[in-house]
Amino acid sequence: MVVSLSKDNMRILRDQDVVPFRNRVKEAAVKIKMGLVNQTKLITAASELVRNMLRYANGGEVLIEIVSKGRENGVRLTFRDKGPGIADIPQAMQDGFSTGKSLGLGLPGTKRLVSYFDIKSEAGKGTTVTVIKWSNG
Amino acid sequence: MDRIPILRMGPFLLVTIQVDLYDRLALTLESDLVQMVNKTGAKGVLIDISAVEIVDSFMGRIVGNIASMSKILDAETVVVGMQPAVAITLIELGLPLKGVHTALDVDRGMKLLRTMIDFDEYDAEGEDDEEPED
Repeated sequence: MVVSLSKDNMRILRDQDVVPFRNRVKEAAVKIKMGLVNQTKLITAASELVRNMLRYANGGEVLIEIVSKGRENGVRLTFRDKGPGIADIPQAMQDGFSTGKSLGLGLPGTKRLVSYFDIKSEAGKGTTVTVIKWSNG
Repeated sequence: MDRIPILRMGPFLLVTIQVDLYDRLALTLESDLVQMVNKTGAKGVLIDISAVEIVDSFMGRIVGNIASMSKILDAETVVVGMQPAVAITLIELGLPLKGVHTALDVDRGMKLLRTMIDFDEYDAEGEDDEEPED
């Protein structure tokens, strides 16, 4: 079972919120003594997801949590937006697919960088993406 | 508005990214650099990212864009100083930075640029920069 040890909510509305957000994620990762490579992977994944949120949904909210499962600690990020939603999630998870002008690496690339990845979306209502990076995972 | 300074050093342009890049800053750098290449007729662009902790797909794309745009304007781009954790993350993300030359540090980057550039041609264009010694 995954237990949440600390919670920190942050609203992302503008481009300029991205850097402070990345710093908050980094703080959480440093707090649980995550190694540098995993930290970098987590922050990069967070950066990709937050960028998606800004581009496709005009922003949203992120919950930054320190979680533990058994002996392992990790950082869980929950991205919630009230954007248009994703019509076809399997398609969005394919490498190279993009409705925007990007490279289409965002979602599939992000999934490779984290330990746990979950995406829920309802057309017209919004999208919720949850990721966990374990300290040693 | 914030800007990343671009230094001119003979036939090269030098950029050291010391701050966390947010999107607009990166886009400004892209257009500033390409305009500088055009204006100065620079033959090489060296981008030092040793202080950059995160390169995501957007940043990667900007670096790729700078390299391709400079290439069209007859300048080579070398990215130097990438942190190992960033390299690991980029490959896992699926962004191998194709077409971008890289070197471990500024020194090696400069050497690489010099080997790529035909100096005689550059001097013939009326610039009075010194020949490199090596």
